[in-house]
Amino acid sequence: MHTLLSSYDPVMYSRVLTGLTLAFHIIFATIGVGVPLMIALAEWIGIRRNDEHYLLMARRWARGFVITVAVGVVTGTAIGLQLSLLWPSFMRVAGQSIALPLFMETFAFFFEAIFLGIYLYTWDRFKSKFTHFWLLIPVVIGSSASAFFITVVNAFMNAPAGVSVKDGKITDISPFGAMLSPAMPTKVSHVLVTAYLTCAFVLAAIAAWSLLMGRNHVYYKKALKLTMVAAFVFLISSAVIGDLSGKYLAKYQPEKLAAMEWHFDTTKQAPLVLGGILTDNNEIKYGLKIPFALSILAHGVPNAEVTGLNDIPADEQPPLYIHYLFDLKMGFVSLMVIIAGAFMVLLWRKRERVYENKWLLRGIILAAPLAMMTIEHGWIFSEVGRQPWLLRGIMRTEDGATVSEHVDTMLYVFAALYIVLAFSSVTVLIRMFRSNRAEDEIAAKGIEGGSEL
Amino acid sequence: MSYEVLGITVLWIFLFGYLIIASIDFGAGFFSYYSTITGKRHLINNIIERYLSPVWEVTNVFLVFFFVGIVGFFPDTAYYYGTALLVPGSIAVILLAIRGSYYAFNTYGVNKNNRFYMLLYGASGLLIPAALSTVMTISEGGYIEVSDSGKVTFLVQKLFTSTYSWSVVLLALVSVLYISAMFLSYYADRANDRGAFEVVRKYALAWSGPTILSSLLVFFAIRGHNAEHFDRMTEHAPMFVISFACFLVAVYHVWTRKRLGLSFIFVILQFGFAFFGYGSAHLPYILYPYLTIHDNFTSQPMAIALVSVFILGLLLLIPSLYLLLRLFLFDTKYVQGKRGK
Repeated sequence: MHTLLSSYDPVMYSRVLTGLTLAFHIIFATIGVGVPLMIALAEWIGIRRNDEHYLLMARRWARGFVITVAVGVVTGTAIGLQLSLLWPSFMRVAGQSIALPLFMETFAFFFEAIFLGIYLYTWDRFKSKFTHFWLLIPVVIGSSASAFFITVVNAFMNAPAGVSVKDGKITDISPFGAMLSPAMPTKVSHVLVTAYLTCAFVLAAIAAWSLLMGRNHVYYKKALKLTMVAAFVFLISSAVIGDLSGKYLAKYQPEKLAAMEWHFDTTKQAPLVLGGILTDNNEIKYGLKIPFALSILAHGVPNAEVTGLNDIPADEQPPLYIHYLFDLKMGFVSLMVIIAGAFMVLLWRKRERVYENKWLLRGIILAAPLAMMTIEHGWIFSEVGRQPWLLRGIMRTEDGATVSEHVDTMLYVFAALYIVLAFSSVTVLIRMFRSNRAEDEIAAKGIEGGSEL
Repeated sequence: MSYEVLGITVLWIFLFGYLIIASIDFGAGFFSYYSTITGKRHLINNIIERYLSPVWEVTNVFLVFFFVGIVGFFPDTAYYYGTALLVPGSIAVILLAIRGSYYAFNTYGVNKNNRFYMLLYGASGLLIPAALSTVMTISEGGYIEVSDSGKVTFLVQKLFTSTYSWSVVLLALVSVLYISAMFLSYYADRANDRGAFEVVRKYALAWSGPTILSSLLVFFAIRGHNAEHFDRMTEHAPMFVISFACFLVAVYHVWTRKRLGLSFIFVILQFGFAFFGYGSAHLPYILYPYLTIHDNFTSQPMAIALVSVFILGLLLLIPSLYLLLRLFLFDTKYVQGKRGK
């Protein structure tokens, strides 16, 4: 740690600063992708059932959403510029190969920004309620499309495609071919579905919190039911995609899969290791081995051969601690499955109790930070698992970084900025909803209709 | 037209778009804060907020579009500018972050008119143009050193002690206030808000003189700094003369309080002629003397793909932007505050 702080290493500082900016940005980016969809669901139901509660729900979510969008936009601008500031040599190559999806991402963002502005300021402007609802569709499309394109860029970095490499340099480029990298389908679908899932849990947690506080209004019950059913659906889809991601790794990035499972020797009938610790001479202690599971995860059959780390050159192996990250992530996922599953079972068996069971409500509140942490974990795991490559097989991380001085100072300044932004945005959001509770707003507006669940 | 010229033209148009709408935005933030200190906030705040709220997000996109686009078309810019601009670029990013988020916290949060938030928002609005204008300064050459091995060093001290760079900063600041005040005059006039109009009209007239003076200053400072560029600019002299004529027309209309829409169109033309005159004289260099638009231009398939996507994107964006403007800029009832949110 001492040498880490005393010697100036722009590569290390660039990595930390990029990681910090991304870790902060994806919280808001995830909200930016998922919440518009939930707002659209609520508004759609509200219009179809002529239920003012759902319309108010869409409106209240949209109000809070603006605050998170602001932080998402500015941190997104930050990471966009930091790519060139901290990784100039990489961007020189990226400019040749993946400028297209970056460009399209900006278009999607543009589209979203325009319609979000319109949507927020036209709630009571049109005769037909549907007119206002349709304005949200470009927002949903724009936010998901921008997540799509930026993930395409990341997928290219994990598994470059559509380019010919000669002596470590990219020569021929097919702009659209580069977008269709093998990592793209699983990555994109995983990012989108988990963003929807996380936002459903975050909004569910708010409703659960109000119910737990004894605010027994039907508004919160409707909000909880809508968000939890959505969360359950997204959870099932993300499980399917997660399984496909494992199969993708086995085929295209075996070193990542082997490192995350501490799979050293290439074998058939490979077991999956849960938990455990790794000793200095690469022996696994206290781990739980599930026979055949890794082979099934990787190739779908128990007898399949899985490449081990010993077959990967030592200087191309990712750090082995990603196993802990992966296990933690799967632990969080299991908790979410239990919580969402319990809600669905209870909803099916004993309708009303589902809104009163304190342990279930507490669990739902817990699920929101768990989901967000899983997103963070998933990204850290995916990015660290790509090391030592910046562009897998083409450019090593240290060759892409800046050689500028002052990266360390910039790291501290940005860290301070993110602390201030996090603190302010949370304060503003809490104040916003405390001073104007849903049941008060319903009473003040004299909203009628749709009082039953 | 070659792809290089097409690419840089597209990017230059976007930068110009950013220059205009960001100036309105930055200046409005400053005036909003300034009016709070001088006790005139109640007069002009409604106008500013009604315009800014629906468009603030869009402003940022113009900038992102420019820097994503330039790396796409001219990948080497990322290498040179990226290395050189770490500090000024990061400062600009931080200021943008503070400004964007505190604007939202102040506007959509519970206690509006939080003085501290407004100070952050107003002050950053002036510092951002200053930080961003350093890019223009650096593009003239002389502030970057490139060693034989290709290592780029940014000569910070030279930038801070150069007359040229300070004259550019001055021009940036003054034009932001001028453009913004001219726009707000037009907007207040449309809103039929006489109180606000008289206040912002004074701002506009007050900043018109300094704008022209600092433009002249930059013009002469370039002669001292980069004579080659200056010579090419004199070849484009008609552009700058037309720009000055547009300035006179614009100020005349604000002075006589008539046809303010036309006045603002002439403000756009004034800056348009100057900006494109400056830009075309800058060519073929992107970074004098290291980088021209022909060096390491992106591969042809990528250039074609980018241009095609760009055209498709415009087909999507132009109607959307038109809708935005129609709903919030050209809708008299909204401008006058007679529509509910």
